[in-house]
Amino acid sequence: MIGGLFMYNHKGEVLISRVFRDDIGRNAVDAFRVNVIHARQQVRSPVTNIARTSFFHIKRSNIWVAAVTKQNVNAAMVFEFLHKMVEVMQAYFGKISEDNIKNNFVLIYEILDEILDYGYPQNTDTGILKTFITQQGVKSQTKEETAQITSQVTGQIGWRREGIKYRRNELFLDVLESVNLLMSPQGQVLSAHVAGRIVMKSYLSGMPECKFGINDKVLMESKGKSSLDDSTRVSGSSGGKTSIAIDDCQFHQCVKLSKFETEHSISFIPPDGEFELMRYRTTKDISLPFRVIPLVREVGRQKMEVKVVVKSNFKPSLLAQKVEVRIPTPLNTSGVQVICMKGKAKYKASENAIVWKIKRMGGMKECQLSAEIELLATNDKKKWTRPPISMNFEVPFAPSGFKVRYLKVFESKMNYSDHDVIKWVRYIGRSGLYETRC
Amino acid sequence: MTDSKYFTTTKKGEIFELKAELNSDKKEKKKEAVKKVIASMTVGKDVSALFTDVVNCMQTENLELKKLVYLYLMNYAKSQSDTAIISVNTFVKDCEDSNPLIRALAVRTMGCIRVDKITEYLCEPLRKCLKDEDPYVRKTAAVCVAKMHDINAQLVEDQGFLDLLKDLLSDSNPMVVANAVAAISEILETSPTAQQSLEMNIGTINKLLTALNECSEWGQVFILDAISNYNPKDDKEAQSICERVTPRLAHANAAVVLSAVKVIMKLMEMLDPHSDYITMLVKKLSPPLVTLLSAEPEIQYVALRNINLIVQKRSDILKAEMKVFFVKYNDPIYVKLEKLDIMIRLTNQGNIAQVLAELKEYATEVDVDFVRKSVRAIGRCAIKVEQAAERCVSTLLDLIQTKVNYVVQEAIVVIKDIFRKYPNKYESIIATLCENLDTLDEPEARASMIWIIGEYAERIDNADELLESFLEGFQDENTQVQLQLLTAIVKLFLKRPTDTQELVQQVLSLATQDSDNPDLRDRGYIYWRLLSTDPAAAKEVVLAEKPLISEETDLLEPTLLDELICHISSLASVYHKPPNAFVEGKASLRRSLPPRSQSDSMDAQPASSLESPTSNVSSAPQATVIPGADSLIGDLLDMDLGGPTPFQQQQMYQQMPQQSQPQQSGVVDFLGGEGLDSLLGGGGGMDSLGGLGDIFGAASSNSYVPPAEVWLPASKGKGLEINGTFARKNGQIFMELTFTNKAMQPMVGFAIQFNRNSFGLTPASPLQVQSPLIPNSSASASLQLNTSGQIQKMDPLLMVQVAVKNSIDVFYFSSMIPQHVLFTEDGEMDKKEFLASWKEIPTTNEVQYVITDVQHNADTVSQKLRNNNIFTIAKRNVEGQDMLYQSLKLTNGIKVLAELKIAPGNPNFTLSMKCRVLDIYTGIQTAYDTILHN
Repeated sequence: MIGGLFMYNHKGEVLISRVFRDDIGRNAVDAFRVNVIHARQQVRSPVTNIARTSFFHIKRSNIWVAAVTKQNVNAAMVFEFLHKMVEVMQAYFGKISEDNIKNNFVLIYEILDEILDYGYPQNTDTGILKTFITQQGVKSQTKEETAQITSQVTGQIGWRREGIKYRRNELFLDVLESVNLLMSPQGQVLSAHVAGRIVMKSYLSGMPECKFGINDKVLMESKGKSSLDDSTRVSGSSGGKTSIAIDDCQFHQCVKLSKFETEHSISFIPPDGEFELMRYRTTKDISLPFRVIPLVREVGRQKMEVKVVVKSNFKPSLLAQKVEVRIPTPLNTSGVQVICMKGKAKYKASENAIVWKIKRMGGMKECQLSAEIELLATNDKKKWTRPPISMNFEVPFAPSGFKVRYLKVFESKMNYSDHDVIKWVRYIGRSGLYETRC
Repeated sequence: MTDSKYFTTTKKGEIFELKAELNSDKKEKKKEAVKKVIASMTVGKDVSALFTDVVNCMQTENLELKKLVYLYLMNYAKSQSDTAIISVNTFVKDCEDSNPLIRALAVRTMGCIRVDKITEYLCEPLRKCLKDEDPYVRKTAAVCVAKMHDINAQLVEDQGFLDLLKDLLSDSNPMVVANAVAAISEILETSPTAQQSLEMNIGTINKLLTALNECSEWGQVFILDAISNYNPKDDKEAQSICERVTPRLAHANAAVVLSAVKVIMKLMEMLDPHSDYITMLVKKLSPPLVTLLSAEPEIQYVALRNINLIVQKRSDILKAEMKVFFVKYNDPIYVKLEKLDIMIRLTNQGNIAQVLAELKEYATEVDVDFVRKSVRAIGRCAIKVEQAAERCVSTLLDLIQTKVNYVVQEAIVVIKDIFRKYPNKYESIIATLCENLDTLDEPEARASMIWIIGEYAERIDNADELLESFLEGFQDENTQVQLQLLTAIVKLFLKRPTDTQELVQQVLSLATQDSDNPDLRDRGYIYWRLLSTDPAAAKEVVLAEKPLISEETDLLEPTLLDELICHISSLASVYHKPPNAFVEGKASLRRSLPPRSQSDSMDAQPASSLESPTSNVSSAPQATVIPGADSLIGDLLDMDLGGPTPFQQQQMYQQMPQQSQPQQSGVVDFLGGEGLDSLLGGGGGMDSLGGLGDIFGAASSNSYVPPAEVWLPASKGKGLEINGTFARKNGQIFMELTFTNKAMQPMVGFAIQFNRNSFGLTPASPLQVQSPLIPNSSASASLQLNTSGQIQKMDPLLMVQVAVKNSIDVFYFSSMIPQHVLFTEDGEMDKKEFLASWKEIPTTNEVQYVITDVQHNADTVSQKLRNNNIFTIAKRNVEGQDMLYQSLKLTNGIKVLAELKIAPGNPNFTLSMKCRVLDIYTGIQTAYDTILHN
């Protein structure tokens, strides 16, 4: 298991050093600095083996976080843990920076002590940790309180404490999708997928049991067989595309996976507050909100002409926001003239790109930009390799076609029913890597 | 609160100041001082001088201060072992505290204090904590057992902690169970003595599977990793574990997913590869693996390294997911390189166009390593998909035109492989390659170019000039270039002896006289000797036809792959190395995939004998694998390394006897009974039995292999001993030879020849023995035979005379071919044909033998015989006796009909045979005899 954990600043100075195992010595701290942080060549792997010691590292802004081991550990777990650890620290003191780490080093040691025992990850749930590790030092606790803490840390429902009460029972569901696209210059889709996340904010009393229904093909089909009620609703909704094919989905640990496998139902007791209920991926029948049509012409050695057309492809009643198109320019660009019909376009020399921003854009519209790029003469024989044109945007629908069908709340002990819960659902589609080669 | 100030105290004399502050009466000041100490410790300053002062602060009500002191203690206790003993009392006291958080803190910390004297004192508190009422304390105590075991294994075992730990596996709290599992797994890794007391059985596994549903994500990882170490007793058990693990594939934590994949990949080995369940599992495995590619890049990297293993083991997983491995512009370089590797593995005829378009795109990127790998990948595609070879070659030519130095060099290296795969097809491009001769500055590219020139010397008019130009700087070249240059010039000389004599003399003298590299010198001398004594032989050796190279490239060696599959998700799978290659000291057990095993169900058995190239390593096609870049040239130079590796062969040998003994079971008997036969067949008589035969289906590959015997004793072979046997695999006859060198000098240059024999057996390919065979070592070779040789009837009929040559002498020996290797797969006769032939052959040709002492029933017998291509066409029960009607066919087309009479309770079977050729009866009788008795 993990033998030690170090954090360094960008210079390689140690900020946090915690050794869990005897086989890791102080020299390991220096070995990583010399061979990775100060290495002459850029490190080409997140896992480095130095003298039979393995180092796993991740970087957050300019902070290096490294886990060390001499054993054949579970590598996926180590990285998952490092990411989780960073997440916990962010929840406590915000951004991971040298100052924040130095200011909170006692707290960090305390957290590390709790979430890693002899290199084995323990409960890393921020909500639970915050009940007994605080930045204000340790509060004195009554006997009942400590008993409650320990049962929560180790409990079966390690993500929710008992005795939560709200006057107004309310829940918010955000369907957040990021559309990823790689398109050839000819407009052929090379690869496209939607990575979706369902983020839930719940303010519910007691220990509510929730049932979540979505328009996944598999789930609906199996439901259709079991209950008449559902099947009538599905067929009654509309004739068009009612269900979608989800390639794969993953759930927060509160979801009962065995139930999902056998009964195809998503049921869970949610943590209090905000959490990510589900992640999913689809690749079929994605409605791509935008299409980029590039035209690049090299006019001699010192000039290039670029023409880019952006087409929006969704209902005219909807509005896309924060639309941004980024058109890369060669390194030896000396000047750029841009004309665009809509939005603002600027050449940013520091980023080697023309950045074209359109605040709002309706559905079924078309915008065009043309630019003339002047190039400096260079001796460099190597041709400029054109990076793809990338796009950012936000649209108020789910490009995968994902729909929330219901979310039912059952809490028998408290005095409220499913009807009393106020529910909100919101769909947001954002660009992931949305690239068109040119 | 700003703690950063503690980092900035750098003035002299601070230790003194700290000492004073630590001994202050004011609590706040004390705490401040301890924080300063910890900060100094963090940045690497030695603050051990303050040990006593800090430890004195330990007895405090303030939990925060206590934790800080513990932190200090864990760091310095070992170096201050004498003073550390003062902390014992506090630990013992804290373990009794009413607050479970304090009890746990104490037990957690004391396990990290590696001082023997202290450890002894802590046994009692630990014992109490393992039975604590609070689960938080118990889960901490469980890990503490592992800590203590690392300090003093004997103590832990003597004190009975292992049993207490095992009890925790049944704990009501899932987190306690998870930590106990983690501790047990760790102890098992290091201590062989703990094995008996901690061995997992299906009962414990079931408990763990139940806990799996309830514990934290990390706990699930511990449990799944522990389950992956368990070997179920049969396929039913394996399947039920699989069923309960598959829901984990939908977990958000990548480690949980990969550990679940590990368990499933391992257990799949035990299941019937043709069952629907396997098909379903394969379908289920692929989406979660794809999802891992949208995780953080570091996790993607781990996932990709594992996917690389998984698709090598089971190519049907992910076969339709090529697109997700396309490289994104912003992927970190380590992700890009791994994706590229997997793309090549998934390339097939269907997607080659897309892949090639991508690769072409990649070849224009910035990163040198990535571009190189992309170019190399284009070559791999050409080798893998023959239909696309031409397009690949033209893409490579385009890339050469870019004149980007490293692209050109990489392209030449792969083109050399393409030449080898498709000889006489693309030589027209040699001219273009030669234009770039001057730009090549990397040894591998130079060596490849030289190889091409040497190989095609007869088509390159100025080959001699080109090679001569390389010769000028011979001394400064890298060894692989020197070796290649030597070989190329010798090739050139053999092809165009008239005008290159001077050149060859020059290179031979450079290699033998002016070089101190032993390899180069030896090769020089060998060529020299060869050329001077027997130019014809030299031609045969140097210009020998090369074995084909395989389509799959960069494959891991199968045993290593299997071992790594057992380590999915771990560092071993990231490095693609077995754990003992990077883990120090502890020689842990090598893991291997479980063999396929059936519970006692009838239908599983015949399926196991079906050929299944994906799951059966030994039946995988044996072709030379192109090794990684670093050893590419090595392969070319040592052509004789081709063929199966010793490892593969060893595996084949191991598997043979296993396979030739199909498991027997009660159900076989039951199904063999007459009642069921007629049920199945309906019509009764011979027809119905044919029906049953069809159920058993296709031909099998696990034929009987006689034990190896000494063919050439060392005394007659001048130190060379040859053991061997014959086997039939996948419809081919193989001669399995083991060469042992008992002489004092190494042996090289092995070759084999057969004398004419009754069945025209002759080697299908040249003999490939590891060369040189050093003294006191042995090497195995599997020599494929075909029956296209010249025929001469021998006496005894099955004798074959063999000559083996090596660097010492030529040796002769004779051996007997077991008749059954000559039985062909298509020997199954139609029932009507059988009846007709039986009537047609005169009764005078019929002979009868008694096969004594056979301990099998009719169905096992027919299964055994079927495995050796003796086919039971029908079975009939006459007056309580089973009559088996069988047919077989020899490689030369002779058909033999047989009737086997089995009386219940009588171990002596009667065999009647009919055939038009009488000479073969003895051989066939012996074949029956040996097959039925093994």
